[in-house]
Amino acid sequence: MKEQSTSHHDTVLVIEPGRTEKNYWTDLWRYRELFLILAWRDVSVRYKQTVIGILWAILRPLLTMVVFTVIFGRIAKLPSDGVAPYALMVFAAMLPWTLFSNALSEASNSLINNTNLIGKVYFPRLIIPTSTLVTAFIDFLISFVILIGMMIYYQFVPGWPILYLPFFIVLALLASLGPGLWITALNVKYRDFRYVIPFVVQFGLYISPVGFSSNVIPEQWRLLYSLNPMVGVIDGFRWCLLGGNSPLYLTGFLMSLFIIAAFLYMGIRRFRKTEKTFADLI
Amino acid sequence: MSDIVIKAENLGKKYTIGHQRGRGEQTTFREVLVQNARNVWNKSQDLIGGRPVIGGDTMEVVWALKDVNFEIRRGEALGIIGRNGAGKSTLLKILSRITEPTEGRVTIRGRVASLLEVGTGFHSELTGRENIYLNGTILGMTRAEIKRKFDEIVAFAEVEKYLDTPVKRYSSGMYVRLAFAVAAHLEPEILVVDEVLAVGDAQFQKKCLGKMGDVAHEGQTVLFVSHNMAAVQQLCQIGMVLKQGKIRFSGDIGNAINQYVQDIKTVGAINLAERRDRRGSQWLKFTKVLFFDSEGNILKQVISGQDVFIRFYYVSDKVMRNATINIAFNVRSIQGYLLTNLNSFDVNKSSMDLYKTGFFQCDWPRFNLRSGSYDCALFCAVNGDIVDWLQSAFTIQVEDGDYFNTGSIINREQGDVLLSYDWSSYSINS
Repeated sequence: MKEQSTSHHDTVLVIEPGRTEKNYWTDLWRYRELFLILAWRDVSVRYKQTVIGILWAILRPLLTMVVFTVIFGRIAKLPSDGVAPYALMVFAAMLPWTLFSNALSEASNSLINNTNLIGKVYFPRLIIPTSTLVTAFIDFLISFVILIGMMIYYQFVPGWPILYLPFFIVLALLASLGPGLWITALNVKYRDFRYVIPFVVQFGLYISPVGFSSNVIPEQWRLLYSLNPMVGVIDGFRWCLLGGNSPLYLTGFLMSLFIIAAFLYMGIRRFRKTEKTFADLI
Repeated sequence: MSDIVIKAENLGKKYTIGHQRGRGEQTTFREVLVQNARNVWNKSQDLIGGRPVIGGDTMEVVWALKDVNFEIRRGEALGIIGRNGAGKSTLLKILSRITEPTEGRVTIRGRVASLLEVGTGFHSELTGRENIYLNGTILGMTRAEIKRKFDEIVAFAEVEKYLDTPVKRYSSGMYVRLAFAVAAHLEPEILVVDEVLAVGDAQFQKKCLGKMGDVAHEGQTVLFVSHNMAAVQQLCQIGMVLKQGKIRFSGDIGNAINQYVQDIKTVGAINLAERRDRRGSQWLKFTKVLFFDSEGNILKQVISGQDVFIRFYYVSDKVMRNATINIAFNVRSIQGYLLTNLNSFDVNKSSMDLYKTGFFQCDWPRFNLRSGSYDCALFCAVNGDIVDWLQSAFTIQVEDGDYFNTGSIINREQGDVLLSYDWSSYSINS
């Protein structure tokens, strides 16, 4: 399907089977208001009819952090990065992990949560999973306030690498978007995948360096460990927030970057390929 | 440049449907396990082989649309009519880009807005005000556009007082009014509308129809699907009749409606067992409907005033004693107005037996509809489970007769229904 301008300044739309949309990406831009309003809807509805509302966004990562600090820091006595307090090191990883896992779960279920829209209106479907990232991002901003509070409590001043933080936030979102797109497209047809995500998220929390520092991993395994894209993101976060205490392992980081890009490419491709059949299958 | 805004060439849409074999005959747990194991095996074979995975043992290809060609000019209002399952909704979905055709092509000139449902994307937790913005954006309006028309929308919907109340607290009438009001203020060049007038009260429907009439008169092109023939006739100049995915007739709206009515007349001949557009759990299925007179002769048409009984034949997977059965059919005039509903609950006859094959019988003494054809939907629920539900299941053909036993035939013209009544004259003494 393509749109082209004629001399009559009206648009001509051709609908044919298998026609690739030449202007898909500009179309996406044209629908930006829909993106914003869907994101706004998700955010404003998220904590309606809950008693403590937005506090959930603070409580969940905070309590997990406390448990991890006690188990890994106090009981298992794993070392922290440099002079950074253990709790701070855990929370600096908790932030990107919650951002990633929220974004992944929301994006994966996004299409089946919007069945009514897909069956009744046309718009580039990519808007649905991407707009859910906003909700996860808002939750992230709220829990970021705790981090600031903790830094004040521990009297810890972050160094100049904190300027790179926005880059790693975007990276965490992209890391979730790739698999998220893939799974949400599969979810339309096989609802099995909605059971996969909670498992992946739970599992991932323990295999990613959230409760411990990646320096705990033996040197010869570090590259292999970096195949988990969240390793790169979490290390990046720690580097930004804790500075020299958590130096970045560059080879591993590049590996994570490559994996994220590969997942993103495959996710988008898969999504675009199946997009037009969503309405028939859902 | 030509004035043709929509041109469809050889349009077709294919669906593949899987059927489950012998569901009702699985009796033992072992058989169910074997069946499920076979399904999983088949599905994983398909998945590995990259073929589309289809549930069920046997597959069937259904063409929802086939060889559809038409042209619509600027400013025309086209009414698309046909029975359920004729392909109307599929056609609209293709035109609105929701689904892709399997073959053929459509060329559209101009901005299309489609309204396939009232209140698409409404969120019950959000307020009326918020939902106006949400729904408007979903339908393709810009924020600035909605802002500009906001007051107009609110006034049209008559919900000023409840703007900041979540719509879950709205009455269903208010909800529908708000939803339609947003849609009515779209200003596309081409408007595609599917059966949205089926909701809301009569007065509001009239208001909506008026609004859509204005749209059509302003030179916008309208495609309109409805079962309400009166609405179609009022709004459209040209009509297209779809039947089993193909264009049966296309031309002047009056002729199109006649053609549709003609088609419906032959529906009774179609075997119900072969109908596919049915809902419900399907362990009981209706196979045919027959009309009889009091002597037991099969009737092709009913004469007003005749004592009639109707038999609804079925096959069932289960045999039951004293099941709670709600069997019902409703009667619609050709214009789409619901005249009445005859069901076993209202007459306290819901406790009935169920056999492998059998029929339910409905007695309708002194048949009180006037001449014409009436469209009937058939419904059956057993112990609260909807087992079979068919829209336009059968048609009643009625000829005028001597309903009042006066020796003269009552002729039509004044409504559809006959009632028992009497007249007398009295003087009032002061």
